[in-house]
Amino acid sequence: MAGTAVRGRLTWQVATVTAVTAETGSVRTIALDLPGWPGHRAGQHLDVRLTAADGYSAERSYSIASADGEPVTITVERLDDGEVSPYLTQELRPGDQMEVRGPIGNWFTWGPHDGGPLLLIAGGSGVVPVRAILRHRQRSGSNVPARLLYSARSLADVIYRDELDQYQGSAEVRYTLTRSQPPGWGGFSGRVDDAMLARIAWPASQHPLAFICGPTPFVEAVAELLVARHYLAGRVKTERFGGA
Amino acid sequence: MTSPVARGFHRLSRPTGAEAGKLPPGQHVTADFPVLSAGPTPHTPLPEWTFSIRQGGETLRSWTWPELQGMPAETVTADIHCVTRWSKLGTVWRGVPVRALLDQVEHDTQYVLAFSDGGYTTNLPVKDVSGGRAWLAFDYGGQPLAPEHGGPARLLVPHLYFWKSAKWVRGLELLDQDQPGFWENYGYHNYGDPWQEQRYAGD
Amino acid sequence: MTLDGNAIGGLLLEIFGRDMTNAEASCAACGAVGPVAETTVYVRGPGTVVRCRRCTSVLMVIAQVRGMNCVDLSGLAALEANPRR
Repeated sequence: MAGTAVRGRLTWQVATVTAVTAETGSVRTIALDLPGWPGHRAGQHLDVRLTAADGYSAERSYSIASADGEPVTITVERLDDGEVSPYLTQELRPGDQMEVRGPIGNWFTWGPHDGGPLLLIAGGSGVVPVRAILRHRQRSGSNVPARLLYSARSLADVIYRDELDQYQGSAEVRYTLTRSQPPGWGGFSGRVDDAMLARIAWPASQHPLAFICGPTPFVEAVAELLVARHYLAGRVKTERFGGA
Repeated sequence: MTSPVARGFHRLSRPTGAEAGKLPPGQHVTADFPVLSAGPTPHTPLPEWTFSIRQGGETLRSWTWPELQGMPAETVTADIHCVTRWSKLGTVWRGVPVRALLDQVEHDTQYVLAFSDGGYTTNLPVKDVSGGRAWLAFDYGGQPLAPEHGGPARLLVPHLYFWKSAKWVRGLELLDQDQPGFWENYGYHNYGDPWQEQRYAGD
Repeated sequence: MTLDGNAIGGLLLEIFGRDMTNAEASCAACGAVGPVAETTVYVRGPGTVVRCRRCTSVLMVIAQVRGMNCVDLSGLAALEANPRR
């Protein structure tokens, strides 16, 4: 057995909460003050560590919701039976502190030099890192064509709705609502399938670059559909959030 | 640098006084049943499923699923303790005592290595599985054992840390010399008694 | 819970001192080559198990023993931190 033991290095830093804002009924965006933050690329995440008074600690990873140059924010969805997300979404206040490690990730990241055309497909809270990609694309003035297909249970569950809608014209944003649709809904319904992708995915001949993020079963189903549409495996980047 | 305390944060489950008295050191009670795996959930169809006792490359005895179901089974109520520090009290299982399976082969070995679909293994002294404290369990909570929890059948050895209760178990290899299994190989304790807090090699 | 190598980016940062999510991992069992980010990862067990997405062989095991990371990389034929892409 080839083994080695390594003690943790000085990678954690203290972050102070500056704001907690509601995105949906169960989703909050948390803004952090991180002195010495080295900057980050769109799509990267950070790790959060919370230590209780009795010494118990828990760690979770969250995608960075903001673009480089903006204050660091994360967007957290409350899981009812979770241990960390109820605390972050319901208890946390400005002035509170946590430990943060990051930025992390060199694979699921995008910058203008990575080109496109971009196909971003997000399920649920998987929209967070692709929102950072769209923000960075806009802030950098990039002309890389971009399309977002965002799957959510209902319109009320769509995170960043107003912001995403204002991209119309510079990026194509489409939603699919899987559980309920409002009266007169003109967007997609139901799970992402090949018929839906036929209407929004760039043809493979354009050599597109795809980012898929969300629950593991969602990501794997969509990745398989894109590969079946002849997207190159190396140009379909995935990030699985686990859960259903 | 010591970590700052996150104001108002605490662990999800905290034991009541009564529960705390029944816990091995370092454990806490959980209400759910966490799924911990080292690999993908296997799905062996029952008509293909067998449990074997093997030694030296040979199968000494093997049971099909109907043969296993035809053996007398026991209902077991046990507290289970995972090395990741969660415990579940009063879990109810149904299974065949491993002793009843071992009694059908002649053996005088000291150790066994349980082996599972997917390649997982764990080692135990034979007396820890033959003395009435181990079962081949196929029901949990009155229902057939779910695949994510080791179904169709898993080893159940509640007096040791729960990594010894191999999920998706397919047999026991009888060994003359002790041989570390999967987690034992990566630094976990060879025996794993939660009451002595034997989590890691050398504890 | 089945995740991918993105989920252990922070852990690998601790171990290797650099981001390893786009490092190229070569499976010693089947020869498949791909970024660590795309491997299948099992977390929250007694340790973290990283498997080849193609053949499910174990590539890496990371066990946290008494607060230290014990790392076994013997399932990898190679791990290239600066792949030419």
